[in-house]
Formats: sequence, structure tokens, C-alpha cells
Amino acid sequence: MSDNRLQKELMGIYALWWREFIVFRREKSRIVSSIVQPLMWLFLFGSGVGASINISDINYRDYIYPGILTMSVLFGSVFFGLYIVWDRKLDVLKAVLVAPVSRLSIFMGKVLGGCTDVTLQILILFIFSFLFPSVNPWGIPLALLFLLITSIALVSLGLAIGSMLESLEGFQVVSTFVVFPLFFLSGALFPVDNKLPLWLQSLVKLNPLTYAVDGVRGALLNVSTFPFYIDFGVITFFAVIMFLLGSVLFSRMK
Amino acid sequence: MSIIEIKSLIKTFGKIQAVRDIDLNIEKGEIFGLLGPNGAGKTTTIGMLCTIICPTSGSAKLAGFDIVKNPAAVRRQVGIVFQDPTLDTVLTGHENLELHARLYGVPAKQREKRITEMLELVDLKGRSNDITRTYSGGMRRRLELARGLLHKPAVLFLDEPTLGLDPQTRARTWDYIKKMAQKEQTTVVLTTHYMEEAQLVCDRVGIIDQGKIMALDAPDNLKESMGGDLVVIRAKEPPLQKIQNLPYVKEVKLNDGAVEITLKDAHLHLPELLSIIPHVECVETRMPTLNDVFIKLTGHDIRKDSPEDSGSWVDSVARYRQRGK
Ligand SMILES: Nc1ncnc2c1ncn2[C@@H]1O[C@H](COP(=O)(O)OP(=O)(O)O)[C@@H](O)[C@H]1O
Ligand SMILES: [Mg+2]
Repeated sequence: MSDNRLQKELMGIYALWWREFIVFRREKSRIVSSIVQPLMWLFLFGSGVGASINISDINYRDYIYPGILTMSVLFGSVFFGLYIVWDRKLDVLKAVLVAPVSRLSIFMGKVLGGCTDVTLQILILFIFSFLFPSVNPWGIPLALLFLLITSIALVSLGLAIGSMLESLEGFQVVSTFVVFPLFFLSGALFPVDNKLPLWLQSLVKLNPLTYAVDGVRGALLNVSTFPFYIDFGVITFFAVIMFLLGSVLFSRMK
Repeated sequence: MSIIEIKSLIKTFGKIQAVRDIDLNIEKGEIFGLLGPNGAGKTTTIGMLCTIICPTSGSAKLAGFDIVKNPAAVRRQVGIVFQDPTLDTVLTGHENLELHARLYGVPAKQREKRITEMLELVDLKGRSNDITRTYSGGMRRRLELARGLLHKPAVLFLDEPTLGLDPQTRARTWDYIKKMAQKEQTTVVLTTHYMEEAQLVCDRVGIIDQGKIMALDAPDNLKESMGGDLVVIRAKEPPLQKIQNLPYVKEVKLNDGAVEITLKDAHLHLPELLSIIPHVECVETRMPTLNDVFIKLTGHDIRKDSPEDSGSWVDSVARYRQRGK
């Protein structure tokens, strides 16, 4: 690939990212709800349960803070990716897809765009971390790294599914059979230990998101089920696989 | 020089033969029209030339690049306005053009100048910072035209550029197309099922039906091929032989008591014609339309099963999509 060609592809990636960023800024209500929803989980659900429960000597509300961050990444990323079903429906993508830019670059632009949206949401949620006394602020950069990798994986997953879906009705199905199971089986709301029934334990351990939650929890609260290198390895591997899968399915789309 | 050379191009979708063996050269700088009814294969033909659809067999070259062997090079040379609108309606007009300029690698230094130039050409400068969702159908089409030409393509493809626009907006859009083609020195290939569009906008027209080019010429020549204009006269005792002997009369027929005269340049010869017929009761003249040409060539009317020309833009788009499914 000549320099010029590479430069044009990079410009294409940037163009897509730029578009997503503008759209993100314009959808203020979506940003607000993506911040308010996790805060509701933390303060309404977390405080309620936390009134009577501590886990590993940490108040329940603080305990689920890493899990709720991961949940935000999960919902934000997957639905961002799924959104291309809508773009296709409106033929918005059609003009982009005939441009002299490779599908891979368009895919990468989309992934970057999605990760940026999600990361900005997470940064806003980090501002609130001072309300959770057990959270160690020095762990934030590492937690952010975990969440960023997770976001790459999940935006790719969303785009992969979105490339195959024909209609918007698929949204509900994906939400019920992919997003919610990933969330509930991630240990976001409970510790992954031997007290869990065996079937649940196995399902949780098969869920790549479990390792994201565990990694973020390790970084912010200094409690974790798995060693750091396992968490990091699994989530990175998951991201690589999802990225490859997504780029292949996206290239084959339509 | 031919900017597009199409050789034996064929596309089949399963059992449907959308395009059957098209041979066609399109010259540099002309506005070429593919005129045909719904399902004739117009969109499929354009799709192949833009490398969105892969031909089943045959080949084509655009600006010297083979559409199958070198699609990336072809893509850089073409601009396209699709049959269905594809603006990014979350973005402003300016942002739509900016996105497009980046995707086509328009260098940063020229980008702003070029965008302004295009916005001025389609008279959208004043609205360029509004979200395109708020644009009217005509404005959206114009912005799409501007977007198609932004990167200075060698060929601009317009697939049914005035589909669903009201007659007034349609006429304005034609003016823009002609103006832009001239100013930008671009070859334009458009498809249409509107006779007036082919007649008024195109330098040359290819009549296409069931995936085949049936005729190919300048619109006036195509109409000429019908043998001339038609004058229908009712008179008491028409001197048939005398009429027939006039040098410019091609054919005289009696039909249901009326004389049907096919002749050249009716507007010039009508006075003389009438002067030799005593007791004229009524006269009607009719210029052949491209539709007459179409009927003569294919045996059916181009307008059959075309959507009505009225109705909202969204409606006709919706109708079109349903048809496509
Ligand atoms: N993707 C496709 N799959 C199957 N059939 C198609 C497809 N695209 C077009 N066709 C068929 O090919 C024929 C030509 O379609 P098209 O090129 O869209 O016609 P036009 O643009 O002239 O209306 C039609 O019969 C249409 O139904
Ligand atoms: Mg069509």
C-alpha cells in the first residue's frame, strides 16, 4: 500500500469517527440518559440493597460501581453497533459504502466512534466516583483501559450482529438474548464465588464480560476473583476475536 | 473519446435477467439518459458501472479503468446520486459535504473552497448550517447533486434524479443538472422514466426495456425516426391524392372518417396543407413523443405501472422500495 493510499484510508477512518462524534454531541438527551441510568442503578438500587448488605467489607453500593460502569459500556457499545441497522434502513450508509474507502476502514471508523462515545460517558461517570468512598481514584486509569478494551469488543459485536440483521425488530431479540444475559451473568451485581449454584458459576465463568467486571473491580476496589493477567488476557482476546468477526461480517454486509 | 465503454454486459439475479447484453459507449462531456420503465434494468446497469454490483458477465471500462479488475480506481472517478435519498439527515448540509470530501480524499486545503463552490452552485449556501432533516425534497436532491460532484468525478451518475418531485421542482432540478454538467465539464449519466426529462436534459438517450437497449440517439433524432409530426383533419371531402403528393407528406391514412397525415415540420407546412383542403371541420396536430417511440419499439407504454407523478416524495419513495422487494 502506497503512502498516499494509506493516507486516504486514514482520512476515511477519521471521517467516519468525526461523523459519529458530531451525532453524539447532537443527541444530548441520549447522553443525559446514558449518565442518569447508571446513577439510578447505583443510588436507587445500590443504596437500597446496600442498606443491609456489605460484600468483602465494602458497602454494596460501592461494590457494584465497577459492575455498573461495565454495564454502561455494554449497553452503550452494543446498541451503538446495532444502530447501523437503522443507518442501512435509511440508506445513510449507502453513500458511504460507495466511497473509495475500504470496508475495513469504515468499520474501524465506526468502532472508534462508538468507543469515543462510550468512553466519554464513562469519564463523566468517573467524576461521580468521589461519592463512593471505597473507590481508589488511582485505579481509574487502569479501569479505563479495561473498559476501553471492553468497548472495542462490544461495539464490534454490535456491528457484527447489526450487519446481519435485516430489520429493527431484531433489536428486542438481541437485547433479550444477548445484552441482558451478558449483563446478569457478568458478576456485575454479585461476587463470583463458590456460594453461587454450580450452573450459574459455570455460565458466569464462560462470560467474557465477567473478566471485564473483575478487572475493573480489581483496579478500583482492590478485590478480584481472578488474577490481573487472566482478566486482562481474556478481555483482550475477546476484543481481538470480536473485532475480526465484526470486520468480516461488516465487509460481507449486503 | 468514449469515457464509458460497455461490452456485452449481463446481470442475472437468480432467474431474473435484469440486464441482458448491453453494448454502449458514452462520450466524454455528454449528458446521457437511460430511458425506460420500472424494472427495465436501469439501476442495475448504473450499479455495475459504479462497482456496487458485480456483473454476471461482460465488461466495462470507465475513464480507462476496468470495473471488475480495478473497482477502487473506478470509484474515485465516479459520483453517484442514488434513486433513494441517502443524505445523512442528522448532519447539516455543510457537514454532509465535509464528510463526503474526507471520504473521497479531497485534500484539506481545497476542501472548504470546493464545498463553498458547490453550495453556491446549488443555491444552498444560506441553508448550509441547517440539519438536512429540515430540507425540502428539492433541496435534498440539490445537496445530493452537489455532493456527487464535490470530488470532481469524471462521470456523475444520477439514478432517477427527479423521482417524486413536484413538476416545478423537477424543472428547476433539470436546470441545475444542466448548469452543473456544463460548469464542471462532467459527463452525466442519468436514468429516468420521464419522457420530458430525457427530451429536455439529455444530449443522447438510450431507450432500455427488459434489460436491452432498444434504440440509441439524440432525442430529436429518435422522434424523427417516427417519420414526423401527425396532423389529424376532419373535412367533408378531403383530396387524399393531392395531399399525398405534397413533398413533405410521408403518409396519409383515413381513420374513422378523419385524415391522419404524417409529415415533417407540421408547424411550417400546416397553412399550405389547410389551404388545399376545402371545408375543414377541425384540425389537431401532435408531435411524436419519446413515448410514441417507445411504444413503436416495444409494443407497450412506458408509463404503464409507473408510479403517478403526484403524491409526496416520501410516498413515492416508499412505493418504490416496496416495488423493489
Ligand atoms: N438485488 C436484486 N435481487 C433480485 N432481483 C433484482 C435485484 N435488483 C434488481 N432486480 C430485478 O432486476 C430487474 C431490473 O431492476 P432495476 O435495475 O432496479 O430496474 P429499474 O432501475 O430500471 O427500475 C427488476 O426485475 C428487478 O426486480
Ligand atoms: Mg431504478
